[in-house]
Formats: sequence, structure tokens, C-alpha cells
Amino acid sequence: MAEVEETFKRIQAHKGVIGVIVVNSEGIPIRSTLDNSTTVQYAGLISQLAAKARSTVRDIDPGNDLTFLRIRSKKHEIMVAPDKEYLLICIQSPHD
Amino acid sequence: MEIVYVYTKKRQEFGRQCNFSDRQAELHVDITPDPSLADNFIERNPVDTGIQCVQEMSEHEINTERFETSVRGINHTEGGWPKDVNPQEVEHVTRYRKKVEKDEMYISAIQQLGTIMEHTIRQNNAIDIYEEYFEDIEVDTVDETPSAKTINVFRDPNEIKRTSTHISWFPDGPRKLAVAYCNLEFQGSTPDTSMESYIWDVENPNKPETVLKPVSPLVCLEYNPKDSHILLGGCYNGQIAYWDTRKGSQPVEMSPIEHSHRDPAYKALWIQSKTGTECFSASSDGQVLWWDIRKMGEPTEKLYLDPTKKQDPTKALGAMALEYEPTMPTKFMVGCEQGSILSCNRKAKTPAEKIVAQYNGHLGPVYSLQRNPFFPKNFLSVGDWKARIWSEDIRESSIMWSRQYKSYLTDGCWSPVRPSVFLVTKMDGTLDVWDIIFKQNDPTLSLQVCDEPLHSLRVQEQGRLIACGSHSGTTTLLELSDGLTTLQRNEKNLVTAMFERETRREKILDSRHREMKLKERSKSSADGAKEEEPEEARLEEEDLYTKAEKEFYSIIEQEKKILEKKQQQGDDTDKADTGKQSPIAEGDEEEKTNGNPKKK
Repeated sequence: MAEVEETFKRIQAHKGVIGVIVVNSEGIPIRSTLDNSTTVQYAGLISQLAAKARSTVRDIDPGNDLTFLRIRSKKHEIMVAPDKEYLLICIQSPHD
Repeated sequence: MEIVYVYTKKRQEFGRQCNFSDRQAELHVDITPDPSLADNFIERNPVDTGIQCVQEMSEHEINTERFETSVRGINHTEGGWPKDVNPQEVEHVTRYRKKVEKDEMYISAIQQLGTIMEHTIRQNNAIDIYEEYFEDIEVDTVDETPSAKTINVFRDPNEIKRTSTHISWFPDGPRKLAVAYCNLEFQGSTPDTSMESYIWDVENPNKPETVLKPVSPLVCLEYNPKDSHILLGGCYNGQIAYWDTRKGSQPVEMSPIEHSHRDPAYKALWIQSKTGTECFSASSDGQVLWWDIRKMGEPTEKLYLDPTKKQDPTKALGAMALEYEPTMPTKFMVGCEQGSILSCNRKAKTPAEKIVAQYNGHLGPVYSLQRNPFFPKNFLSVGDWKARIWSEDIRESSIMWSRQYKSYLTDGCWSPVRPSVFLVTKMDGTLDVWDIIFKQNDPTLSLQVCDEPLHSLRVQEQGRLIACGSHSGTTTLLELSDGLTTLQRNEKNLVTAMFERETRREKILDSRHREMKLKERSKSSADGAKEEEPEEARLEEEDLYTKAEKEFYSIIEQEKKILEKKQQQGDDTDKADTGKQSPIAEGDEEEKTNGNPKKK
């Protein structure tokens, strides 16, 4: 339990990090540093996108699998680390 | 009951039966080879023939049917929670979350993912991928050839197509386009022709965003620059109407027929006023009427375009184009059907003084007039086969003009961002972009937009997008390349210099003309007053006619007399002379008759 907290704090402490969300395989946000409505939005949309990305990678090569997903946009970057059961989402903005 | 028909024929009437017999083969024709015929042909050795052992295929093109899309929103609600958890109850939710967090898998997963995530975060922080390199360096003018791309095409959704006669951009950005549709051919519209005009959303060419339903088709349509919900339209039957897009497709109010124009109201424009509700309209019946949309019962002011300054409605020139610049609220210009441009002042004291100046130059109706947005003293007029640029001060002729085109010009306008660029549309469906500091003899860019005549043109305020409307209602949206939309270095100075130079040239030519005329006059007055008088007398039309008549009749009388004389002489003398006395009335008559007595 404490390690989890520590991990979270470490991630948050980095420069530019706006928020961190943990989502389970059903799309339910388990832990989040953002407000509820934003969290729900991100959870729903990103988990769908990550699932699609994973299926695309596996379609092209069934032996392959998605390890990381980065979405760079004009305002910030959304980083998604997928796991079998969970999804870790982090939003970081450029440092200026 | 069976229907039976019995055919009967007597046996003796039948033909004789056939009796076949065998016989030896006979040779009927024997065609021997004729080698001389081979001389008609050239032997070819070797012979190349292509053979292919491949599947025969054919290519066909199909265009799929128009795909109609519509935009809809989706309502997101929170879900995915297991059945026993109610997402609204905070306690349930927190309890569930705590349960998950206690899971072993969760802890290990988070630790693992956390490491990966940190790695990428550090990566991002190490290098700023959004850094702007070379920010201070100015973009060099790239020497690319100017071009324009078609972005979208809006077609008239009705079966019977009408011309798109006027286009107006939405004042708050290039999102919408109002197009007026009307069949301009005299009595060309059938009762089935729709009278609607549309407002299109630039992103959706399938279906117009708003439909405007006037009583008679609209010839022109303008957004109110102050209030983007209000549109002003001039109808084919001369009435003026205004719409409020918030209130639906019927016009909010229309001007009464008795006080409106008697010909299609070709142009209607909004005026700069405190209330933002004033407008004026012009038509080929020679009237310019001012209106206030709050009270459309009758025009607030009326002006007849009478160049003789007598406000005589019978002598008024029909108007086809109107020009108004909000920075000069009392002046406006009208382009007439006869090819002249009248510059008028609304605030003149007497109606006679309202028409300040007349510029003659075009051979046909002036379809478009616009002042240069950077140099208001110079304006562009488009009509017949040339586009002309005028300076307000020089009234005798334009300071610059394009070469004679092969097809009629229908509309033109300046680019709002570059003072030296203007565009014209033609009857053969081409759009020409002129850049007068780059090339004066030819258009910089000439695009074939479509195969049918283009009738209307409008550049959007930001200078990038152009909309042009064609004969069958197809409005094409084009985007200009950077070269034509970014202000070049020194451009304003170059254009100012060019205009001044041309204006000076015209002035010099003008003064030379005047000098020559003065000289002629002084010469003729020196030769004597008498010579002047008959000259002046001759110049009057009616006298010319009578003079011509008199001369004609006198010549006829003369010829008659000669004929009569001849006949008399012919009776007196004998037939020997008749050969020579041919009764043809020619100038030689007199010589012959004179000669005859001698011959006798």
C-alpha cells in the first residue's frame, strides 16, 4: 500500500505533470488526482483508445503487444501504460 | 368446344414430289493464282505480332452516391460500475475503490507501470519537443507559383438549377456563406423553379444550413456587418426584404411593391449608421432608394440616376452595381447599365448636386465596383471585356485597365489583404487573379473553375478564401496560396507609387487633349465667323436630315429632266442613234447628250 502511494507521489512530483489516473479493465477509475468529471471522461475515452491500439498492434502481428501509448497534442502529452488488468494514465505539459 | 380450322387443298394442285438422283462432281469455277497481284503488297519479314496470355480485364469508373453526414453529440454518463455499486453513492464508490487497492495484483501492476511512466516523463522533461526553432527569422518570400485550391463545392439542391447571383460571407469568420439564387434570364424561370436562397455552412456541402424563402427570387443578399443574424435581400420583382436567422425562413419584413423598384433590385448594401438598420438599394429602373429596416413601409430617400442633373426619371440610367465604403459614409458610387459610373454624395443640398461626377469608360453594363481597401481614392470597375482601375480625381478615363478579354467579365473584387491583388470572373468559367505589381499585362493566375459562366465572386475578409458562383448554382470555394495572401515587403509603397504614376500620366494626357482642343477652336475662330456658323448649323441633327433630303431630291429632278430630254431627242432622230442613246441614268448622260447634237 505504501509503495503505491510512494509511486504516485514520485510521478506527481515530476516537472510538468498535470494529473495521474489509474483505471481498471472495466473502465472504472480507481485512483485519480483530477476532479471527478475530468477523470470519468479520460477513463472512458482513453481506455477505449488503448484497447483499440492494442488490438491494432496484435492484428498486424499476433506475437506483438502494446507496451506504451503516447498521445502528443498541442497543449500536452497523454501517456498511457497498459497492463493486463489496469491502465495508468499520466498527463504532462511541456515545461515552458 | 375445340376451335378447329380445316385447311383443304386438292391433290392435283400440289406440286410434284421431289425425286433426287446422284450425279458426278462438276467443276464450276477454277480460280488460278495470279502472282501479279502480289505486287500490290509489300512483303514483311519478320512480322511482329504481340501475343499475351493474360486475363482480359476492363476498367470501369464508378462514383459512389453522395454520402450524407450529420453531426450529433453523445451524452456521456458514468458507467461500468458493477451491479452492487451505485456510482452516485460516494460511500459505495470509495468502498469499492479501497477494495481494489488492497489487491496484490494492483500493487505490483502499479509499481511496474510507475517505473515505465517515470522513464517517459523524464524523457519528456529532458528535451522540450515543443521548442520553436528559428523563431526570430522572418519567413522569406518563397518564390512559389501562386495557386488556388478548390476546397468545397456547394450545389443547388433543387432540380431546376438557378444562377447564384450574389454571395455574402458571414461577418464573424469564414464559417458561413449566404448565396442568393435567381434565374436571371428574362422570363426564364418556370413556375416550378424554386425561389429559395440558402445559407451554407462551409463544412457541410450536402445540405444548406438555413433556407430563406422570399416571395420572389433574390438577386442579391448581404449580411449586416454589425449584426450577423440579419440579412438584407433584393428581389427579382424589385422589393427589398430583410431576414433574421433567429426568426425563421420567412422575411421579417418586405417593402411594399408600390414603393419598391420596378426592375430587379440588383444591389442592396448596408449603410454605416448609429442604429445599424439603414440600407440602400439600386436597380436598373434608375432609382436608388434608401431604407430603414425598422420601417419598410416606404423608402426614406429616393434618387434618380439622371446624369443631366435634372432628376428626370425618364432619363435615368439603370444601375447594376453599387459601391459603399463605411469609412466614407456620405459618398457612394453606382455602376450603370450604359457603362458609366456615377459618383454621388448623399448629403448634397439639392438633388441635382447629388450626382457629383460621371466616369465613362465601359462599353457595356458595369457589373462590379469596389474601392481599393487600402487606397480608397482608387476603385476597380468590371464590365464588358475589360477591368478598369480609376482614380477619383481623373474623370475622363481610367488610369489603368486590363487587356481586352475574349469573354465577358461578370464580377470583380479587390483582395482585402493585399492592395495590389484583385480578382475577376468571366463568362467562360475562369477566375483570374491579377497582381499589378507583379505583372500588368496578364493575370498572375488564371483558373478554370467550371465549364459554365461564373456570375458572382466574393473574397472573405481574411483574404484566403474565395467563393464564386456559377450559372447553374454551383458555388465553389477556393483557397489562395500564401503568395497571394501575405503582404509583401514594400507592397504598399509600390502600389502607391504605381497609382500616382498612372494618375499623373492621365493628367498629362488630359491636359494635352485640352490644349489641342483649344488650339483647334482658336484656329477656326481666326478663319472667320461665317465659316463657323454654317459648320455649327450643319452640326444640328435636324438640319442635316433636311439637307440630305433636299440634295437627294434635287439630284433626282436633274436626272428626270435629262431622261425627258433624251426621250424627246430619241423621238426626233432615227433609230440609228438609239444604240448610242441608251437610257441609263448615269453621270455620263450629260456628256452623251451633249455629244449627240454634234454627231448628228
